[in-house]
Amino acid sequence: MSTQLRRISEGNYGVARLTPAPEHPGTFLGMPKFTKAVKDELKLPVQRKNMRNAMTTIRTKRATRVAESPDWEDLRQAAFEIKNRVERHLDHYLLQAEKSLTERGVQVHWARDGAEANQIVAEIAKSKGVDEVVKIKSITTQETDLNEYLEEQGIAAWETDLAELIVQLGHDRPSHIVVPAIHRNRAEVREIFLREMKNYGRPCPEDVSSNPPDLADAARLHLREKFLRAKVAVSGANFILADTGSLVIVESEGNGRMCLTLPDTLISIVGIEKLLPTYDDLEVFLKLLPRSATGERMNPYNSVWSGVTPGDGPQEQHVILMDNGRTNVLADPVGREVLRCIRCASCINVCPVYERAGGHAYGSVYPGPIGITLTPQLRGMQDPVDRAMPYACSLCGACNEVCPVKIPFTDIIIHVRNKVVSAEKADRFPKDPEVLGEMALMKTAAWVLGDYKHFESIMYGSRGVGRVLHHKAIGPLPVPVAERWLKYRDVQAPPTQTFRDWWKQNRTESER
Amino acid sequence: MDAKQEVLARIRQATTDITEKDPLVDTPVTWTYGGGIEMDDVVGTFQEKVEDYQATVVRAAHADLPTAVVDGLKATGAAESVVVPVGLDKDWVKAIESAGLTVHVDDPQLSNAQLDKTDAVVTAAAVGVADTGTIVLDHEDDQGRRALSLVPDRHVCVIRTDQIVSDVPEAVQRVKQAVHAGRPLTWISGGSATSDIELSRVDGVHGPRKLYVIIAED
Repeated sequence: MSTQLRRISEGNYGVARLTPAPEHPGTFLGMPKFTKAVKDELKLPVQRKNMRNAMTTIRTKRATRVAESPDWEDLRQAAFEIKNRVERHLDHYLLQAEKSLTERGVQVHWARDGAEANQIVAEIAKSKGVDEVVKIKSITTQETDLNEYLEEQGIAAWETDLAELIVQLGHDRPSHIVVPAIHRNRAEVREIFLREMKNYGRPCPEDVSSNPPDLADAARLHLREKFLRAKVAVSGANFILADTGSLVIVESEGNGRMCLTLPDTLISIVGIEKLLPTYDDLEVFLKLLPRSATGERMNPYNSVWSGVTPGDGPQEQHVILMDNGRTNVLADPVGREVLRCIRCASCINVCPVYERAGGHAYGSVYPGPIGITLTPQLRGMQDPVDRAMPYACSLCGACNEVCPVKIPFTDIIIHVRNKVVSAEKADRFPKDPEVLGEMALMKTAAWVLGDYKHFESIMYGSRGVGRVLHHKAIGPLPVPVAERWLKYRDVQAPPTQTFRDWWKQNRTESER
Repeated sequence: MDAKQEVLARIRQATTDITEKDPLVDTPVTWTYGGGIEMDDVVGTFQEKVEDYQATVVRAAHADLPTAVVDGLKATGAAESVVVPVGLDKDWVKAIESAGLTVHVDDPQLSNAQLDKTDAVVTAAAVGVADTGTIVLDHEDDQGRRALSLVPDRHVCVIRTDQIVSDVPEAVQRVKQAVHAGRPLTWISGGSATSDIELSRVDGVHGPRKLYVIIAED
């Protein structure tokens, strides 16, 4: 009954692969920047409808559950303080966590960046002689593009979360950090399962309906053989408790529990900021996270484990503490506030830009408000994709209100925009023609507004135009940039007299 | 410099603006830990919230527990085999056997494949949380290792009224000793579920699809 690992070319751009090939490389660099990419995303009416339905539902659920909690604001304040404590004393808590984990039989590794973390995972998997691993949904491993690295190394990484399975089999990329397949509807999911499952394991029943319970059942059967034969699992973690050396995973489906208990070896890649000082602090976050993320009083399963438990679960455990740009974020006293993030996605769910654009346009595994504040700081502001990100925002501030750890998103977005401009100024010749145009415009404006004489001479110029046009409105004109504006709007002709002239004529010397 | 030293050096470089080195002094936390919620009927609230997750909840007197466990197994559709942890109440085990079900005691441990073929599991519990309808297992001998309450498709769970607390912080404190002793915890709120397709909640993906909770009353 059990299906074997095979190399498949179908749907994989002609390359024989162990796992389905994603559409874009995980780093997203080289993709069009948000302002360009969003145009294609907005042309997908099915996706926009899916997103609108889903986001409306999840916002309502969260609001209901938050309203049930009378001490919500106290909890947010506590979470704010606890996570600040961690980030401001990160070296202290990391060393404490390393000590506690080691005492519990966990092998602790440190990784400067994603590449180093990926290598450590591959080395451990190879030392176990396996050609496949099962994975719990982990955005951290998407950040490092672990699956593609393992594929290159001849190791198949199987996503076991239902949404991640839909994304993986669909040759797709996640579009949300909690519900990654939110851009797909049931009919699309059915099509993906029927087309792809048979290539990578137990086939989807041919007569499957597009009802979510049937689709979930197909996924259950497809994945069960993978769980039962897996020797190595890879996870992230929601929290590491520094004092007890415990890892915490918050999930819904039980795929996490499968990965945490059935294999012999467990490898967890964890960002260095995912610490809580003590076990006691968990009470605050177990109250905040489920209500913020999925709008439930509590999600179906939480696992807390403290290293190796004899006779229960993986007897060999590795934790990789990964930096990958987090210390860059920490170095900025304004920007570092995003390191409090617990990845609940409530900011994404209220974001009007995200709801319309979807998650793919951003060019990061982190979309929405958290994405546009975190990603450019993590990766630096060299690539046009990263530079465009903080502008995917109308500064409405809805995200500030819902964030369970009180991240002041709009303040940070403005701060990051500032840093983008500084980075652009530092380039002597910007590669992006729009940036070049904007810089020229700003320089001109600075000249005009810097001296009243300059301003006056420009006013006289406009008066000249006014006299030529003689009260005739300006209609469509083939002028670059202005063309797009004038296509839809008439602009009144400039006045034939400037205000300064009028003032001089109508006021005596003493009145001026 | 190895990766650890380099990451630590970067952190210290990044936080030179923070001069107070004692985390507790630098960043006080105003929260009062371990608090509960005032509620009239803790057990009733627990039952209501667990039922909200589409799980079945019944109440039984201590003396009736063996019968209640068998009834629970039948109600969830367990027809042939049941796995039980080593420390499960012997009277319950006897009752299950008398009802004609095959009982596998997890000693020696069943393989993953054997667990997959087993219809149901019966466990006790460590704590119940009324506000969230959560059952916490600390995997003592009457609950068994984590895989037991995961792989079989039906879970019958017995919890005593004195184990039920009002809110999450109290529950965290109740199982603190277990965590300090190195034992894992599993928090269960209803059966396995997913909302990954169009955010519509579907019960039962990988964990037990049927959760049957028996509240043991004094």
